[in-house]
Amino acid sequence: MLAKRIIPCLDVKDGRTVKGVNFVSLQDAGDPVELAWEYSRQGADELVFLDITATHEHRKTIIELVKSVARQINIPFTIGGGIHSIADADLLLNAGADKISINSAAVKSPVLIEQLASAFGKQFVVVAIDTKQVNNLNLVHLSGGQIATEVQTEDWIKEAEARGAGEILLTSMDHDGTKTGFDCALLKKVNNSISIPLIASGGAGNEQHFIDVFQQSNVAAALAASVFHYGTIAIPQLKNKLRAHQIEVR
Amino acid sequence: MIGIIYYGAGNIFSLSAALERLKLRYGIINQDVDFDQYDRYIIPGVGHASPAMAKLTNTGLIPMIQATQKPVLGICLGMQLLTNFSEEGNTLLTGIIPLKTQHFDPALTNKIPHMGWNKVAIEKRHYLLDQIKDEEYFYFVHSYFVEFSSNFTTASTEYGIKFSSIIQKNNFCGVQFHPEKSGQAGEQLLINFAK
Repeated sequence: MLAKRIIPCLDVKDGRTVKGVNFVSLQDAGDPVELAWEYSRQGADELVFLDITATHEHRKTIIELVKSVARQINIPFTIGGGIHSIADADLLLNAGADKISINSAAVKSPVLIEQLASAFGKQFVVVAIDTKQVNNLNLVHLSGGQIATEVQTEDWIKEAEARGAGEILLTSMDHDGTKTGFDCALLKKVNNSISIPLIASGGAGNEQHFIDVFQQSNVAAALAASVFHYGTIAIPQLKNKLRAHQIEVR
Repeated sequence: MIGIIYYGAGNIFSLSAALERLKLRYGIINQDVDFDQYDRYIIPGVGHASPAMAKLTNTGLIPMIQATQKPVLGICLGMQLLTNFSEEGNTLLTGIIPLKTQHFDPALTNKIPHMGWNKVAIEKRHYLLDQIKDEEYFYFVHSYFVEFSSNFTTASTEYGIKFSSIIQKNNFCGVQFHPEKSGQAGEQLLINFAK
């Protein structure tokens, strides 16, 4: 059976990880490659790097970073942030990225999904979506959840799938940062409505939250950042706990 | 030394990076004059079977691959190209291993592509699997699979249906998963192939 995936997410700015990371074993907690290596050693199944570099000049550093990760890390990884065109994606593919994640760019220009899928294959294209409830509607939000759109999340997910997304990464802004657990109800509904893998994101605070999201929504993967970076959850112990609950993990 | 057959289907950065990390020597084969200098071959590949087969045909390397008695390892789409035929674009392939490549039936597997870590069950002992335990996890990404065969399946995987995750005929092997992305077990498989 296909194992459920555990995915740490790293925010990268100008080639360095941001947000605190307190692994005592690391010499330089800001070095994305060293951090990636540590996570792969612990048993992470995949990694996501989110490039939040603001300036165009620094975009070059992300290509170098992707190359360093691909040279040194033996598990798959996704790179997201700042990808607006086939040319952007092509540079990342040739630098060794396994997948790219697109978010706002896809909402603004949905045809980008089709273009990327036909150029590089569906498996290369992750569509990331930030969702938040407004007046009992789940609406797609842009720019890290700051800007509301009128697009309903479930409609957009179905459209993204139809246009060739290989995977959906769904972040609940209502849950993100709360450490109260994933949005299992929404994730279950979405997971049952699509035939591509769904990655759950937003709300992880403890090990039980991962058990809940896999048991209740049956998503393919769960992503988290701070609980891993701050050492609240250690991946080997998390996987032992999931195994004890008959959830298949590597 | 390993020759990577490069025909333009997918990037080979991750594969060459893995070989470098493991200190396994390799070179890139772009055309027929490069072929003979290597003692074993890897056929990588990601993408659609039909354009990939057309690109491989254009290199002029297929007759040399079909005739070689040196070890050959196809990875992912490179494995599928070793079979007779793919349902992806109804494409005729090299016919080196007499099997079919089929599409996952959405009625049996609710999520396609098959993406992630799955178990590889050993059907027959083979040097590629030296020091790799039965039912080890490897990383897969694919929508088409090579059918199970009692003759040619070395290892199998279940995803709605039991399919071939490793095939072998004589000096030709293929793996459906990506050893270069499959952690230590994948690295061991590449070391086994190179030795």
